[in-house]
Amino acid sequence: MASMRDIKRRKSSIQSTGQITKAMKLVSTVKLQRSKQAAQNSKGYFDYMYKTVQSMLAKAGNIDHPYVNTSECKKKAVIMITGNRGLAGGYNSNVVKLITRGNLPKEDLILYTLGHKGREAMHRYGYELAEDYSTMIDAPEYIDAMRLSSVLLNAYRNGEIGEIYLAYTRFKNTVVHEPVLMKLLPVEKGEETDVVETNAGNVPMNFEPAEDEALDMIIPKYVTSIIYGAMIESVASENGARMQAMDNATTNAEEMIEKLTLQYNRARQGSITQELTEIIAGSQAQN
Amino acid sequence: MAEDNKKFAVKIITPDRTFYEGEATMVEFNTTEGEIGVYKNHIPLTVIVKPGVLTITEDDGVKKAAIHSGFVEILGDSVTFLAEVIEWPNEIDEQRAMAAKERAERLIREKDPKTDIARAETALMRAMARINVIKA
Repeated sequence: MASMRDIKRRKSSIQSTGQITKAMKLVSTVKLQRSKQAAQNSKGYFDYMYKTVQSMLAKAGNIDHPYVNTSECKKKAVIMITGNRGLAGGYNSNVVKLITRGNLPKEDLILYTLGHKGREAMHRYGYELAEDYSTMIDAPEYIDAMRLSSVLLNAYRNGEIGEIYLAYTRFKNTVVHEPVLMKLLPVEKGEETDVVETNAGNVPMNFEPAEDEALDMIIPKYVTSIIYGAMIESVASENGARMQAMDNATTNAEEMIEKLTLQYNRARQGSITQELTEIIAGSQAQN
Repeated sequence: MAEDNKKFAVKIITPDRTFYEGEATMVEFNTTEGEIGVYKNHIPLTVIVKPGVLTITEDDGVKKAAIHSGFVEILGDSVTFLAEVIEWPNEIDEQRAMAAKERAERLIREKDPKTDIARAETALMRAMARINVIKA
C-alpha cells in the first residue's frame, strides 16, 4: 500500500488541478454567455442575407456569372476555424478530422486558418497552408471577416482557386456543437424553393442594378457575412466545449479526491494500529 | 386616407445588432443608381447602398444615420436594410471623419499611380456621409 505521505502529496496535486479546472470552467461560462449573445444578435442578419441571395439566384435562373459557374481550377481553398487554445475537449480535433477524413483530396487543398491549434495540426499532417489569421478569432470583428473575404475573392477572381469551403463548428445550443464543412463559392442553390416563396410572399422581386451586376456586389457581402457568422459561432462553440470539458475534469478530480481520502484514512488507521501493536508488544516484553 | 395607412415597417439589421426597428412614412438614402426616396406601396425592389445619409421620416420627427454599405430589400409594406456599416450621428467621431476626408481628397488630388482611386473615392464618400449626418 502506498505510504501516507505519497497519498497526501497526490491528493493535494489533484486538488490544485481541480481548482484550476474549476476556475477555467467559470471563466468559459461567462465567455460563453457573451459569445452566445453575440451569435444570437447577428443571426437575423445572416438568415436574411441567405434568403436574399437565394431568391436572387432563383430569379436570375441559369445565370452566367463567375460566382455561380464552376471553375476549371482544381485548387480548393478551405477556411478553417479552430481555437487558439486547447483544453476544450474535442473542439479543435473535430474540425481537423473533418478535413483530414473528408473527401476533399489533400493535394488540391490550400488552408486559410483561423486558430493556432488547427494550424499546428494541419501543418503536422503536411497540408498546404496559406496565411495565418489566428489573431482574428480572439475577438471577431466584422472588419476582420471583410479582410479575409476580400483576400479569398481576389484569389478566386484571379483563378488561383476554384472553390471556397468553410470548416467551422456550428453552435446548435450550449451542449451541442457540430463541426461542419460548407461550400461558399461557387454559390450553390440550396433547397431554396420554399424559402423564396415565404420570403417575398410570391411577389416578383426587381433588382437595381440588374441581377448579374447586383450579384457582383452582393456575393462578396454574402461571403463576408457567412465568414463572420462562422467566426462568432465557432467562438461560442469553443467556449461551450471548454466549459463542458472543464466541468468533466472538475467532476473527475472530485471523484479521485474522494477515493484518495478513503485510501489515506485507511493507511492512517493502519499505521496507528501498527504503532499500537508495537507499543503493546514492547511493554509486554518488558514485564 | 387614414394616417395609419401611410406607414410601413422599417428594419435595419447589421451583423452585430438590430440597428433600428420601427414604422416610418418615408425613407431616403443613396444607392448605386442614385438617390431614392421610398413611400408605402413601392414596387418590390432590391438595391445596393452607396455611402450617404439615411433619413427616416417618422410620425413625430426625422431620424438620420450615416450608412456606408449594404443592400436594401423594399417591399410594399416593409423595407429591410442589411447594413454592413451604419452609424447614428452620436456614434461618429467628427474629427476623425474630417481627417479621413482630407486624406481621401489629398489622395485623389495627387493622382499617384500607386493609389487605388476607387478606394479613395469610397473613403471620401464615407467621410462626407459622416460629416453630413452630423451637420444635418
